[in-house]
Amino acid sequence: MIPAFVPLKILRYGFRKKYPAERFIPKQQDLKKSYDVVIIGGGGHALACAYYLAKTHGITNVCILERGYLAGGNTARNTAIIRSNYLTPEGVRFYEQSLNLYRDFSQELDFNILYSERGHFTLAHTDAAVRTSRWRAEVNKQLGVDSELIYPDEIARLCPHLNMSDHVRYPIMGALYHPPGSIARHDAVAWAYARGAAKLGVEIHQQTPVTGLIVENGTIKGVQTSRGTVYANRVMQAVAGNTSVVAKMAGFRLPIKTIPLQACVSVPLKPFLDQIIVSGSLHVYVSQSSRGELVMGGSTDPYGLYGTRSTLDFKEGLLGHMLELLPMLGEVKVMRQWAGMTDMTPDFSPVMGLTPVKNYYIDSGWGTWGFKATPVCGMTMAHTIANDSPHDLIKPFYLDRFVDYQQVGEKGAASVGH
Amino acid sequence: MSDVNRLPAPFGRLIDRSETVSFDFEGRTISGFKGDTIASALCANDQWMISRSFKYHRPRGVLTMAGQDANTLVQLADEPNCLADKYPAKNGLKVKAQNYFGSFDNDMARVVELVHRFLPVGFYYKTFNEKKQSWSFWEPIVRAMTGLGAIDPKADFHESYYDKQYLFADVAVIGGGPAGLAAAQAAAEAGAEVILIEENVALGGSLGYARFDAEGVRASRQLGDFERVLAGTKGVEIMTGTICSGLFSDNWIPLIKGNRFYKLRAKSIVVATGSIEQPAVFRNNDLPGVIMASAAQRLIRLYGVRPGRKAVILAANDDAYGAALDLIDAGLTVAAIADLRPTVPQTPLVAAVAARGIEILAGHGISEALYSAKTHISGAVLAPVTGEGTLGGGGKSVACDLILMSVGFSPAGQLLHHAGAKFGYCRQSDMFQPVELPAKVHAAGSVNNVYDLGAVIADGKRAGLAAAKDAGLNVASVPAAITEKGNVGRTHPWPIFPHDRGFDFVDFDEDLKYHDLINGIADGYDNVELLKRYSTVGMGPSQGRHSAVTSVRIVSRETGVDIAGMSVTTQRPPYTPEKFGHLAGRVFDPGRRTAMHHRHLELGAQMMPAGVWWRPAYYGGKADRTNAIETEVKAVRENVGLIDVSTLGGLDVRGPDAAEFLNRMYTFSYTKQPIGRSRYVLMTDNAGVITDDGVACRFHDEHFYVTATTSGVDAVYRQMLFWNAQWRLDVDVANVTAALCGVNIAGPKSRQVLQKVCTDIDLSPEGFPYMGVKMGTVAGIPARLMRVGFVGELGYEIHVPAGFGEALWDELMEAGKPEGIRPFGVEAQRVLRLEKGHIIVSQDTDGLTNVWEADMPWALAKTKPFFVGGRSTEIMGKMKLARKLVGFTLKDSGDPCPEECHLVLKGEEIVGRITSAVKSPSVGKVVGLAYVHGDDSAPGTEFTIKVQGGRRITGVVTKYPFYDPENKRQEM
Ligand SMILES: Cc1cc2nc3c(=O)[nH]c(=O)nc-3n(C[C@H](O)[C@H](O)[C@H](O)COP(=O)(O)OP(=O)(O)OC[C@H]3O[C@@H](n4cnc5c(N)ncnc54)[C@H](O)[C@@H]3O)c2cc1C
Repeated sequence: MIPAFVPLKILRYGFRKKYPAERFIPKQQDLKKSYDVVIIGGGGHALACAYYLAKTHGITNVCILERGYLAGGNTARNTAIIRSNYLTPEGVRFYEQSLNLYRDFSQELDFNILYSERGHFTLAHTDAAVRTSRWRAEVNKQLGVDSELIYPDEIARLCPHLNMSDHVRYPIMGALYHPPGSIARHDAVAWAYARGAAKLGVEIHQQTPVTGLIVENGTIKGVQTSRGTVYANRVMQAVAGNTSVVAKMAGFRLPIKTIPLQACVSVPLKPFLDQIIVSGSLHVYVSQSSRGELVMGGSTDPYGLYGTRSTLDFKEGLLGHMLELLPMLGEVKVMRQWAGMTDMTPDFSPVMGLTPVKNYYIDSGWGTWGFKATPVCGMTMAHTIANDSPHDLIKPFYLDRFVDYQQVGEKGAASVGH
Repeated sequence: MSDVNRLPAPFGRLIDRSETVSFDFEGRTISGFKGDTIASALCANDQWMISRSFKYHRPRGVLTMAGQDANTLVQLADEPNCLADKYPAKNGLKVKAQNYFGSFDNDMARVVELVHRFLPVGFYYKTFNEKKQSWSFWEPIVRAMTGLGAIDPKADFHESYYDKQYLFADVAVIGGGPAGLAAAQAAAEAGAEVILIEENVALGGSLGYARFDAEGVRASRQLGDFERVLAGTKGVEIMTGTICSGLFSDNWIPLIKGNRFYKLRAKSIVVATGSIEQPAVFRNNDLPGVIMASAAQRLIRLYGVRPGRKAVILAANDDAYGAALDLIDAGLTVAAIADLRPTVPQTPLVAAVAARGIEILAGHGISEALYSAKTHISGAVLAPVTGEGTLGGGGKSVACDLILMSVGFSPAGQLLHHAGAKFGYCRQSDMFQPVELPAKVHAAGSVNNVYDLGAVIADGKRAGLAAAKDAGLNVASVPAAITEKGNVGRTHPWPIFPHDRGFDFVDFDEDLKYHDLINGIADGYDNVELLKRYSTVGMGPSQGRHSAVTSVRIVSRETGVDIAGMSVTTQRPPYTPEKFGHLAGRVFDPGRRTAMHHRHLELGAQMMPAGVWWRPAYYGGKADRTNAIETEVKAVRENVGLIDVSTLGGLDVRGPDAAEFLNRMYTFSYTKQPIGRSRYVLMTDNAGVITDDGVACRFHDEHFYVTATTSGVDAVYRQMLFWNAQWRLDVDVANVTAALCGVNIAGPKSRQVLQKVCTDIDLSPEGFPYMGVKMGTVAGIPARLMRVGFVGELGYEIHVPAGFGEALWDELMEAGKPEGIRPFGVEAQRVLRLEKGHIIVSQDTDGLTNVWEADMPWALAKTKPFFVGGRSTEIMGKMKLARKLVGFTLKDSGDPCPEECHLVLKGEEIVGRITSAVKSPSVGKVVGLAYVHGDDSAPGTEFTIKVQGGRRITGVVTKYPFYDPENKRQEM
């Protein structure tokens, strides 16, 4: 059994005299005057889209413009939870497709993203939460996604560390158990797509902010950057927390608010927590990373802000509740905290597809839950751009749904769970 | 053999030799003195190896003696990852090393080191993905190897005591070294209330351990001066042994001391946190015996511990020579000083060292530390510097058991980073320095790139005065910034000497060698942020304190980007790891109890959470649940029951525009609502989604008492304030939820019972009809009474001031004794209301339900011009309904009762769900509410329900109320 798994590739590093470097991220080039497609933003979504444009649709004259360093936005800041146990059929189908892409990711892109199925538990501490869990479980099962509402005995068996006492402020009454819930190395996902796209000819330009858009007669013509003007037949924005700012440059408004979301990690511990635990009532979630750190977060900050400064309140609230769930962690220490800017929609579903500006496409409204959707966003946005028509899976997420009263309500499945 | 390395007094400022302590380290008894840290006691006992490294499991010992590195992380019985060089040695401690397999001395995992060539930077991204199953095979193995300390799964935070306290100051000075002391003194003399925070147990900073002059007297003299002056200065509160772990917006400062977490709000701040001595890179620079020069000085002066016997010093500044003198004074042999500088300036310290006959090798570096057993070094190879980062071959080995590194510093600027300061590279000093500070935050001393002791003190004074001025104190003039900083020649720009055979560490926490960084850059991760993420440099417990600057230097050289345009990676809070317990404190998350809470408990109620409240679910044992609920239902239907409804939201809306205000907030019309009557209220949001309901009771032309749902009231109140901030109607809204409490007495005999205790109100059906509201007294208690019909029987809600709640409950229970009154809980109420088909907002509605879907167009006022959500409601009214809330029963009475949220299917498509369902005791069959497809909502239509186990059963749309369809009973 073991020999089949010996990581042979590793040998070439040890036995070569000179380190066989391979550039995962291409060197900065000069900007061309024009491209077939320009993508604003260099996060996971943008890189995935570029990859699928080149791979699936043969569109390789593509340029990614990132204002900072590659994938340094929310792609670098998220807590890497991947799951498909959403509430609406539209959502479940979409995220499940993402999980399918993730499952083959490390082989397809020849990059181990450390994809790890841990089992995802959304704890319910109220009647209402038990109801929502059952609702999600039923919808999931109907669509072929592995989810089940489980009760305290079963929870205690599967998560032996949880405090299951009745004598706490929020006793645990049930949980939505989603065995395929996973974590992965977030940066690696972006890097793998970057390398994959670059190999197929996509240009990646870091430290190149887009400062304006050229729109003529309602059609996009190009973008202005810190390094000059670049023309393009088609342009997509995938800029997460800056969504509204960039859309404004294109001349349209969105029902999106930018709100900080924070997270923190502990000093590395020997592995003891295998599961991903989420509690909506307590506003906390936690998993243990492959480095042994507890990765923890909660819901968004109480107010909107274009800023990424950390707060003390967040940590105090978070850890207070964390110790209600896992009282053995009192002497464990927080090592680092950070924040990202999330683009929140009213219905907790994304805004994707065409826009009021011709040949201008948007991938946004990813709020606090878009890491898991990185592959499927890339795939569906590439299709949308290539055909100037939205991919079936993202049709429900069209912008005008807010005017048409066709919201896709995912609040019950996305507010703390991400 | 204990204490073999202990030096006599006066070495050891912090230890008290009159009191010994002893503790256990890995089965060895270690004895030390009060005032020792775990690490200093271990060193005194010749135990140099303290931990095993993260990846290669290499032996590690003390590095900084300042709590700044991960080498000294140890495991205590109840605390993982504890800093041994900070944690006081105490009797009876059980200390273990971390991260080893088998035994500490013979860590089996050290074999990883042998295959290091096969584990290049980021190797895990490049392999284990050959086949789909490869990673699932390898992951558990890799995972088991990670992590440092271990937790005790049986520990319980609730058994320890942590608390919090607020503090206020005009000026907070962080750091009690010469800069901080001078700042505190200056600010206090200007009249400021100062809090001076020092992480270590004693004030002084570098004055406590460093050497500024050949004679070795200046530091202690200076410290003595400060102590004398401060003792006579009013307004300085000194907090030693206190860690400032972050600087947040608006000068919000967390401090940790003992088990207390302080939150300090200061008008202005002086950060005088000093600098962090930086290591050099050479082969085996990580092994026990290779330490910072400042660490050796700390061991000697603070703890009276001899750091070794025979030393080699790697020097690049004058401080190295101060350290050399300290070693000599402590009785060590200094075998040689390898000075990276081509010529060594003849300063007084250098002269003093030379005068003692120590060999000084100018233009030399160390290429390698040697060892015989890897647990401690045994020599150093000295070689001439031939270029930037290169050494000549054929170096000479010198036997030694100690190598000091004194090659430079970097500002301890974490807190300034947290506050939003910007750092830039200073070419003169080859160090980063703060170049832009936020308002009301000042930096002083070596964190501010000022090094000469006199200049440091002057800088502290300047910052202290500036901070006092910021705090609003009268300061005549703030001195200009210091220009003669004494920072040149302190830090070598390239103390990095990679070795062919590796183990030349850049990051000790993460076991990253020089070539790991070079290879990472070659893989395309060619800026510091990307390199950090790829190689993990700086991601360990010490958060880049010793690796960040080195990696910037390396990236700059490899990419040709000028270092002057670069910055170190962002430093994020906390400064030092904070315990969860500290952050949590006493966990203030109170549950609310009603005024009658204890009565429910006495009656054996099972309590359940409801929003922020606890409410009785039912009365009786858990095993008896179904029975208890049925009995309670029956009591209300046939006799009389009493339920605590205190948690219901209550809002007093008063003022000339009160009716108009409600018209805009709710879907109905309230202008013509008669006084003494209540009316249903239904709230929608801008998108037309139902958000709350209740009743509005009009007690006066200008006074409505509006109820809201238990969990919705806070949001309703917020919405009311939000909207009226724009409308500016003449109303006042008060949330009186907690001010009032209430009960609902319901059932055919409720009037009979109430009459006994309520004599000032005409309770007859004519005098007090259904939907009537009145004020009066009940059992002498002033009360608001309402005839409502939620449970579908004759009933009265009685709301009284919360203080009378228990009395009200008692009086009614007593009065109802002859009738056999029974308390009933939330569960029975749910059944009762469902039998009547009353919806519960948020159970029978969801985040998208509109008035049409909920089948409540009767709740819309037809003629009024506006209400929140009105426009959306109007538009949606013209759209085809995708789903509709209907009442239902089951086609086959033998089928099980569906559970809430079981799906309604049309074919295989999900079209709706069950929102409420119960086997009704009053009707004798399953009744419920469900969303069905918009086309299937006509009574009599059958639809498919998918129940437990995937079984499909048939529901039939049924008109509701299911019970008493003519509503006769509630109107009796
Ligand atoms: C703390 C936190 C935890 C999270 N946890 C999870 C989780 O567990 N699971 C999950 O699925 N999701 C999670 N998320 C959400 C997830 O991170 C995001 O939805 C996702 O990463 C979005 O990817 P992106 O590529 O669209 O955005 P980003 O990675 O943010 O990329 C957008 C890029 O656009 C660039 N940009 C912006 N403006 C311009 C401009 N004018 N010109 C050029 N470039 C520009 C930015 O610099 C940025 O790099 C979390 C988010 C945060 C903040």
